[in-house]
Amino acid sequence: MMGLVADRLRADANRLLAFLFNQGILDEQFLQLQQLRDESSPNFVSEVVNIHFHESEKLLRNLRSLLMDREFSGYNKMGIHLNQFMGSSSSIGAKRIRNACFAFRAASEQNSRAGCLRALELLEHDYCFLKNKLHELFQIQQQRVLAAGARYPMQN
Amino acid sequence: MGLKLKQSYRHSVTVRVNEQMGTKRGYTFIQANRAWLPKFLLLWVMVMAFLSAWIYKNMDDDNKVRRKEVLSSMCDQRARMLQDQFGVSVNHVHALAILVSTFHYYKDPSAIDQETFAEYTARTAFERPLLSGVAYAERVRLSEREKFERQHGWTIKTMKREPSPIRDEYAPVIFSQETVSYIESLDMMSGEEDRENILRARATGKAVLTSPFRLLGSHHLGVVLTFPVYKSKLPPKPTMEERIEATAGFLGGAFDVESLVENLLGQLAGNQAILVNVYDITNSSDHLIMYGHQNQDGDLALFHESKLDFGDPFRKHQMICRYHQEAPTSWTALTTAFLFFVICLLVGYILYGAAIHIVKVEDDFHEMQELMVRAEAADVAKSQFLATVSHEIRTPMNGILGMLALLLDTDLSSTQRDYAQTAQVCGKALITLINEVLDRAKIEAGKLELETVPFNLRSILDDVLSLFSEKSRNKGLELAVFVSDKVPEMVMGDPGRFRQIITNLVGNSVKFTERGHIFVKVHVAENPKPIDDAKAETCLNGGSDEGALISGGRQFNTLSGYEAADEQNSWDSFQHLFNAEALQNDASGKMTVADEASQSVTLMVSVEDTGIGIPLIAQERVFTPFMQADSSTSRNYGGTGIGLSITKCLVELMGGHISFISRPQVGSTFLFITTFGRCKKASLSDTKKSNAEDLPSSFRGLKAIVVDGKPVRAVVTRYHLKRLGMLVEVANNVKIAASACGKNSSSCGSKIQPDIVLVEKDSWLSGEDDSSSLQRLDWKQNGHMFKLPKMILLATNITNAELEKAKAAGFADTTIMKPLRASMIAACLQQVLGTGKKRQLGKGMLNGSSVLGSLLCGKKILVVDDNIVNRRVAAGALKKFGAAVECAESGKAALKLLRLPHSFDACFMDIQMPEMDGFEATRRIRMMESQTNEQMNGGTDKGSGRKDEWHLPILAMTADVIHATSDECLKCGMDGYVSKPFEEENLYQAVAKFFETKPISDS
Repeated sequence: MMGLVADRLRADANRLLAFLFNQGILDEQFLQLQQLRDESSPNFVSEVVNIHFHESEKLLRNLRSLLMDREFSGYNKMGIHLNQFMGSSSSIGAKRIRNACFAFRAASEQNSRAGCLRALELLEHDYCFLKNKLHELFQIQQQRVLAAGARYPMQN
Repeated sequence: MGLKLKQSYRHSVTVRVNEQMGTKRGYTFIQANRAWLPKFLLLWVMVMAFLSAWIYKNMDDDNKVRRKEVLSSMCDQRARMLQDQFGVSVNHVHALAILVSTFHYYKDPSAIDQETFAEYTARTAFERPLLSGVAYAERVRLSEREKFERQHGWTIKTMKREPSPIRDEYAPVIFSQETVSYIESLDMMSGEEDRENILRARATGKAVLTSPFRLLGSHHLGVVLTFPVYKSKLPPKPTMEERIEATAGFLGGAFDVESLVENLLGQLAGNQAILVNVYDITNSSDHLIMYGHQNQDGDLALFHESKLDFGDPFRKHQMICRYHQEAPTSWTALTTAFLFFVICLLVGYILYGAAIHIVKVEDDFHEMQELMVRAEAADVAKSQFLATVSHEIRTPMNGILGMLALLLDTDLSSTQRDYAQTAQVCGKALITLINEVLDRAKIEAGKLELETVPFNLRSILDDVLSLFSEKSRNKGLELAVFVSDKVPEMVMGDPGRFRQIITNLVGNSVKFTERGHIFVKVHVAENPKPIDDAKAETCLNGGSDEGALISGGRQFNTLSGYEAADEQNSWDSFQHLFNAEALQNDASGKMTVADEASQSVTLMVSVEDTGIGIPLIAQERVFTPFMQADSSTSRNYGGTGIGLSITKCLVELMGGHISFISRPQVGSTFLFITTFGRCKKASLSDTKKSNAEDLPSSFRGLKAIVVDGKPVRAVVTRYHLKRLGMLVEVANNVKIAASACGKNSSSCGSKIQPDIVLVEKDSWLSGEDDSSSLQRLDWKQNGHMFKLPKMILLATNITNAELEKAKAAGFADTTIMKPLRASMIAACLQQVLGTGKKRQLGKGMLNGSSVLGSLLCGKKILVVDDNIVNRRVAAGALKKFGAAVECAESGKAALKLLRLPHSFDACFMDIQMPEMDGFEATRRIRMMESQTNEQMNGGTDKGSGRKDEWHLPILAMTADVIHATSDECLKCGMDGYVSKPFEEENLYQAVAKFFETKPISDS
């Protein structure tokens, strides 16, 4: 019974991952990240991803406030933020966000405020989407761990 | 981040292109004034036209002056002659006058009558050619008329032949020349001109002339010359009255000027050319014509006037000459000017054409230059594109492979698993291809840089062999490597690229060979002479030695006995080379000293196989990318055909060249020559130590007998054993080996006592009947109570039955599977001899990640990145390999942590950071280190545990792989770079480079 649940959970997790890969939302870096998980830090991925989200939210806030500023001139600052954003998203393998950042940076290099606003909206949308999906994934994984933990004593 | 770098790079490319165009557009003078060229031509033509007109005018003026001079000289000549002749005639008339006065008046009675006069004048007419005739008229006063008329018997008549009316004076002609006898008795005073003449003549006492008029007889224009004849002698200075009083008569003559001048001119040359007019200009307003026509044609523009003096001061005459024809156009001048103009025109046109041509050529040149720049840019762009695209393809491919790996982890049916595995294999093949394309693109873009690090050639060859051992064993191929003793143990070069070349060649060979062998040989190619000698020898006694018939098939003295394509590498030459080398090595160390003195060593590497060979048609395009022998090749054997072209590029990049000899159905031999640097002696001994660790030294001095019927193979085996430091004897078959042992043991007992006997499977099988001898071998040793020699069977592939048989025959100890590698032999021998219990040797065979783990295990590493996520991921990755990781979030923090002394073994540094970027941070760290080093060196050197200087390996972390600003990294003191996000192999390569070559002393 529990084994079935575990299988289902694993299948769910794989399906979700496959979907994220198919849609180009994640890339293989995410897999590499998962490989870094070991006994000493079982929650490595979710830890890193949560840091990423935390940072990202800060960055997004900053970007929005920069863009909303009336006499807007902070393209340079925006570039720095975007570089940060890009660096961290490529580290966790969030490909679509990275691409959105590219577009955003291109817009900011052309000093087009409208383009920046559009790109920011896209970025926020992608970010929310990824956040939801990853939360879902982590939840599944959490359940798997729980299930595995539940199953373990049963074998003995 | 990566994209930004790329963009800026591309931007810089375009900028550079523009700059190039800008600098190269150096216009010349002609180019700058190209719009003016037609105007220049026009100006030139105009100037030249003007100049030639000027020349024409000059020449024409010259002509005119000359013409005028000619005319004036001719005219003057004529006038002078006329005047002279006239003068002569006048003198004669004067003489006549004196004659008449003398003989008619002074003599009484008169001595002259009409008859005498006529006679005399007729006979002296030649003296007066100008005069048509002369006559004498006597002065008769009115009072004397009657007496006179009576005396002569006729009345005085007027010119109109009428009796003369009454006048004061008369002048009737009394004597006349016959030519003018018609005027006798005519009164000269009755004619207007004559009368005037007469009056003037007697007043002046000189010859006077009338104005021209039509003469009576001839109707020619003429003048009448009148001389006074005086009765008595005149006083010396007579007055006019005295003259008039003394006048007795008048002598007159008619000048027929017209015919006169006609005659005169007739005698002169050039008569036809000029027209002569003679005028009487006494009345200056009305010129009377004496000769010529009043209104004639001729050149009216040019005339010459000459004064004539006929001796009558009252009358003035002049001669006017003209040319008959107008001045002819001066053809010389015209032609000269015209030719001048034409020549100048041509010259101008030629210059213009040249200028136009220059402009055109320069335009073309600029265009070509532009095209070239564009082509180069396009080429660079192509390579960049290839590199980028390859890289971009690799990323999703990794995703696919990762997912496939995940998929394979799940529960799959066997079919599904098969499909998934196939997909994975294909994916891996694709990745390999992309890597190759990337390599090629890198080479073409000039991005590939070779390392120069010391490496062990032999161990690399062993590694390559181990890669293909599985495949070759499955196919039953002999795979062997042989490195000449003269090849230095460590050489300087790029081990990775060398490995790539060998892997490519051997991989190809394995792919295309179904039977026989693949043999890799490395020689020093410094003196190619022995090879030539050997070749010559082969030719000389090739027939006898080459093929020995053994059990049905023609056997060749190659590794496996199959024929090889390149005869030069046959056993004869091989042995020759081998012997020569052995001799040289034995003879003296002089040679090696000389060798070591040179900075580089040239190696000749050959890879020989007995595969299907390359068809003759395809041989010339073997090295062309994506070209295989034919399309069926790729169908049968797979592959893209890019490998060999990369190999060629690499070999050429290493300063060598590659060639091959191939015979279809026989095999191919690829041969490349390349140069490596020699290691410095110091570093050689240093690295030797580390190298010796991979081959255990515990076999040093052991004695071995190799039993092998094939000499080449035996030599290969011997080479590997020698590397382990063993003493090796070769025996052709078991019997010889046994007898050798026996002899030794019986005679001196301690000379050669083999510890190990290695028997080739073929030799064992062929000598199976002699198993007794093998037994004897055993027995003898047993009998003498020596340590039992270990019997080892060498085999390429062996069936279970054979294995059992071998065990039964005495090879209980072990079987070594080929291909031989020194490390593998060592492992087997260790197992057999039981020397090394600890399995240290296995280390080299472990896979990459654990190697990385062993490399990084226990190392303290600093990760510097401003991005917390990156920091975590990098730290996680490094921790996974057992490293102790510390993080710093900025360059400043890193500097603080790295203040000397510190305990970090390495540092990973992000390049793009705010405030202080990775380059700057590295520069500062290096500065700090060098300061400390200086202080250390400057201060006392005693007892410091750390002899080597502070140098923290710093690796850049960058997201940009292809143009990884690696130059810049190295320039600011970094030791290398890894791409971000970490990839295991990438990390391994970067880390291994300095953890291996720079072993850290305290770990």
